[in-house]
Amino acid sequence: MSADAVEARRALAEAAGMGVPGPYDALSALPQALREGVDALLLAFADDAMLQGHRDAEWTGLGPILEEDIAFSSMAQDELGHAQVLYRLRHEHLGAPDPDAQAFLRDAAAWRNARLVELPRGDFAFALVRRALFDLAKAVQYDALRQSPVRELAVAATKLRQEKKYHLLHDRAFVTRLGRATAASHDRLQAALEAAFPAACDLFEPSDGLAALAAAKLVPGADVLRSVWLAAVCQLADDAGLNVPAADPAALGGRRGDHTEHLEPLLAAMQGMFRSDPEATW
Amino acid sequence: MSASRALDRAAVLAALETVNDPEIPVVSVVDLGIVQSVIVAGGHVTVAITPTFSGCPALEVMRDEIRSAVLSIGADSVDVPVVLDPPWSSDRITPGARDRMRAIGLMPPPAVGRFRADPALSLRMPPVEPDEAVPCPFCGSKDTVVENPFGPTICRSLHYCNACQQPFEAFKAL
Repeated sequence: MSADAVEARRALAEAAGMGVPGPYDALSALPQALREGVDALLLAFADDAMLQGHRDAEWTGLGPILEEDIAFSSMAQDELGHAQVLYRLRHEHLGAPDPDAQAFLRDAAAWRNARLVELPRGDFAFALVRRALFDLAKAVQYDALRQSPVRELAVAATKLRQEKKYHLLHDRAFVTRLGRATAASHDRLQAALEAAFPAACDLFEPSDGLAALAAAKLVPGADVLRSVWLAAVCQLADDAGLNVPAADPAALGGRRGDHTEHLEPLLAAMQGMFRSDPEATW
Repeated sequence: MSASRALDRAAVLAALETVNDPEIPVVSVVDLGIVQSVIVAGGHVTVAITPTFSGCPALEVMRDEIRSAVLSIGADSVDVPVVLDPPWSSDRITPGARDRMRAIGLMPPPAVGRFRADPALSLRMPPVEPDEAVPCPFCGSKDTVVENPFGPTICRSLHYCNACQQPFEAFKAL
């Protein structure tokens, strides 16, 4: 890790005043209002991972080379695992239904994912750029959550953050190589970045009750995380010879359940099998 | 029941030694370090396990096999809860298991002391930058390159050895 990255992480923890032991060291110790805020945050993160995993899985059998077919399938498995960890926390500690019910029995209006992950599969340039934007955001968010005094959140975020290491390696290798390979590959990545970036900003839209969680020092606020992410995105774009477009605030809405027209068809494909017989055992 | 009387923690651990990772059959669940705790209360046994990678599809298979193995030595009932705390680290893979992985051409992850029994310390992060060059399990050379961080299972990466010109796989460090 570069000195800059170490410094950014330290500043992040300090700015958020996190990591200080306090009365809120476990989910069971939280008052109801804070429990609801944590629940909304976990739902937003779980929904992000679930749908990103679904979009990755759409590359299974279609990757441009065998190794990327395998890589996207593996990252899909990782994301489904991450979603399961987060849905299970809600189920075991916060009164939500079991993880399968959360993933497969909710309609579009109840999803709290960022719009980025519901956008259609697109071409391989879009898939790579979306992953890079998503993985950098998740690395920043999980890193921050690792500092939480709430033990269950810190443990889950540590687990998920460790696994992100390999996604980041993958994304950087492909984005920097293709960004600087030919005019055609560069132009396709640049077009993908322009298409994906506004919706990616949704990843840092605050979930319900986030401000209260930040005030209680349980998690950092969305703004500080977004600026760390933006710096990482700009660094990667620089290394790949790409330009980061200006954000479009009008795109925000996923965290409030305001989704694009692409979410319903995605859910129909993802949930259809389960809904055909919810009691089936596999 | 005579079988239940013979049941103790050592007997359960011995049974767990016979349950292998279906994706790496030379390594048992104990070798892999995914057994978090074993509690024997009369005829009831609780074996808490933790996933290596959280999306590991072999976890459910291993849960079933753990349940069968412990029932087969005389337990009346077996619970196999999945717990995350403390999170698994590849440092937990035993030295013997590392040798057996190497013998089948699967390079084990380096043991760098990331995991400690102290749960607070176990939240320390591994390095974010790529690990040092992964040595070749066949010739030992460090003149190797990462072909892809993803391989045939989510816990393995693909590599190539420039010295002996062999492709090989490695178990990822976590």
